[in-house]
Amino acid sequence: MTLFDKIWDAHVVKELPGGMQVFYIDRHLIHEVTSPQAFAGLRKRGIPLLKPEQTIATADHNVPTKNQNLPIKEELSRFQVDQLTKNCEEFGVELYGLGHPNQGIVHVIGPELGITQPGMTMVCGDSHTSTHGAFGSIAFGIGTSQVEQVFASQCILQTKPKKMRITVDGELAKGVLAKDIILYIISKLSVSGATGYFVEYAGSAIRSLSMEGRMTICNMSIEMGARGGLIAPDETTFNYIKGRDFAPKGEAFDKAVEYWKSLATDEDAVFDKEYHFEAADIQPMVTYGTNPGMGVGVAENIPSLEQVESPANFKKSLDYMGLSGKDSLQGQPIDYVFIGSCTNSRIEDLRIAADFIKGKQKAENVTVWVVPGSKQVEARAIEEGLDKVFEAAGFDFREPGCSACLGMNEDKVPAGKYCISTSNRNFEGRQGPGARTILASPLMAAAAAVAGKIVDVREQI
Amino acid sequence: MEKFTKITSSAVPLPIEDIDTDQIIPARFLKATTREGFGDNLFIDWRQQSDGTPKQDFVLNNPVYSGKILVAGKNFGCGSSREHAAWAIYDYGFRVVVSSFFADIFKGNALNNGLLPVQVSEDFLDKIFKAIEKDPDTTFEVDLVNQQFTISATGDQTSFEISAYKKDCLINGFDDIDYLLSLREEVEAYELKRAN
Ligand code: SF4
Repeated sequence: MTLFDKIWDAHVVKELPGGMQVFYIDRHLIHEVTSPQAFAGLRKRGIPLLKPEQTIATADHNVPTKNQNLPIKEELSRFQVDQLTKNCEEFGVELYGLGHPNQGIVHVIGPELGITQPGMTMVCGDSHTSTHGAFGSIAFGIGTSQVEQVFASQCILQTKPKKMRITVDGELAKGVLAKDIILYIISKLSVSGATGYFVEYAGSAIRSLSMEGRMTICNMSIEMGARGGLIAPDETTFNYIKGRDFAPKGEAFDKAVEYWKSLATDEDAVFDKEYHFEAADIQPMVTYGTNPGMGVGVAENIPSLEQVESPANFKKSLDYMGLSGKDSLQGQPIDYVFIGSCTNSRIEDLRIAADFIKGKQKAENVTVWVVPGSKQVEARAIEEGLDKVFEAAGFDFREPGCSACLGMNEDKVPAGKYCISTSNRNFEGRQGPGARTILASPLMAAAAAVAGKIVDVREQI
Repeated sequence: MEKFTKITSSAVPLPIEDIDTDQIIPARFLKATTREGFGDNLFIDWRQQSDGTPKQDFVLNNPVYSGKILVAGKNFGCGSSREHAAWAIYDYGFRVVVSSFFADIFKGNALNNGLLPVQVSEDFLDKIFKAIEKDPDTTFEVDLVNQQFTISATGDQTSFEISAYKKDCLINGFDDIDYLLSLREEVEAYELKRAN
């Protein structure tokens, strides 16, 4: 059996004719944007939230990243966040709202608090729930109707996805990070290459990553269409979880580890699809188009119209990006830098960026936002003096939230401007109407901030 | 949920691939706390200039096209899990989306809201686009009971897949929660078994 089968099958409450299954959810994470209609549904039916103790809430998508101690200025955002507070009170859900020391992006706080554990099933009304798969759990995004289903019954109806394994072996070159691995994989598989599948990431290059790096990889599984991605737990995983707030303690922890060690794919297990990649082939990546599959190594050329499958779509995309007719992204001037989002806003990401910019200055024409993933990341960064490093370099170190990843708050990139971003989506208008997003690693983003243009970070370290 | 059995309608063509849910409904419109009204902002950045004037060349602004069926290029609905995308399409007045490939979460969200995703082959999709190009008023028949999609003018027909459970829900207007609530005892038994 594969790791995925083991966890999935253990959570099937009932099989329905025709392949549907009643699937049990261990942990349910919620936030202000995709939950109000689900709470309204409970109210309309006059039923309680079945398992508040398995539900955790935070405010992240909509929140400002400055002056979080003040009331939210924007009326609709404030209303939505207030609504979450009211709903959580009424239905007995623990909320890490604005100002709470545990507040942060839902996929950053789950692991950080030890809520995310191997072998669990987790859902959230957010497609990047796949992040939690880094711990060897089955975690995926759901729609609001399903949020309501989990509220009401702790279950959802699912058909079991197919299984894919992506193996990356070997050692990463200097300057190449987890983000580059996943952008590389997506560029090879395309944005729909894993639709219908759940992905297990394996191989020595994956094993050697920290938990932060593994989360970055699993986070972007959805960007190739996969329901989710997971990585078998190991010592790195256990060490990360140990001692965290929600983690089992003492004897219970040892017992848990014993079970977690059984969570691996058997040697003879068969996948529906397998891919193998070599770490040595991967260079720092950048995207040039308007979906995450449109990526290239920074030293490579953008494909030409003749090389692509759908020239019309390709052209539309490059026109939007203002990159039609360009050969490569090297030297491309940028206006904004965003270091943040559930892909790359953990302490390790901030350390990587800070380490690179120490003693350097951002380019004059560039605005740089560093948005920590959570209050805990923020506190840690301040403890380590990273905030001072950012400030000295002219970077704007802000308060936690989703921020410019989706531009629901004030942190928007103006139309036509270029932003190198450590987030996960470069869709048209994702960072603000007309904004042009180039996805990259935190190291590439930091290097671009200093140079004022896209540069190959390998030449700078 | 509204019941769905059969629809005969003209269709709106949107031959673009990889349409993500950020295009269907941008994040800045997700601040509402009800399910209604999202249709006004469906594809808004493709429909309007930043100053609010309509982009004349976008298909939803072209009075020639209308109907309850939206026909789109492959990999429709990728990206964010926002159910608001399905709500926006439904609220605008569509009841069916046809494509040669759907992103998983979108497909589930659509089905949970009475919006039928019909997946057809690449070739058949092409035929549909050609039929609309020839005559924007041409109609299509979507027969859920028999799982058939027909180009009325030519009689060209293809079958489509849907799970028996979801089909039943759509035809009767049921939603999953009614069913899940009826399983309470089985879920408790499952929880007990796992605790031991
Ligand atoms: S950071 Fe971006 S991708 Fe992550 S949960 Fe927030 S909005 Fe979604």
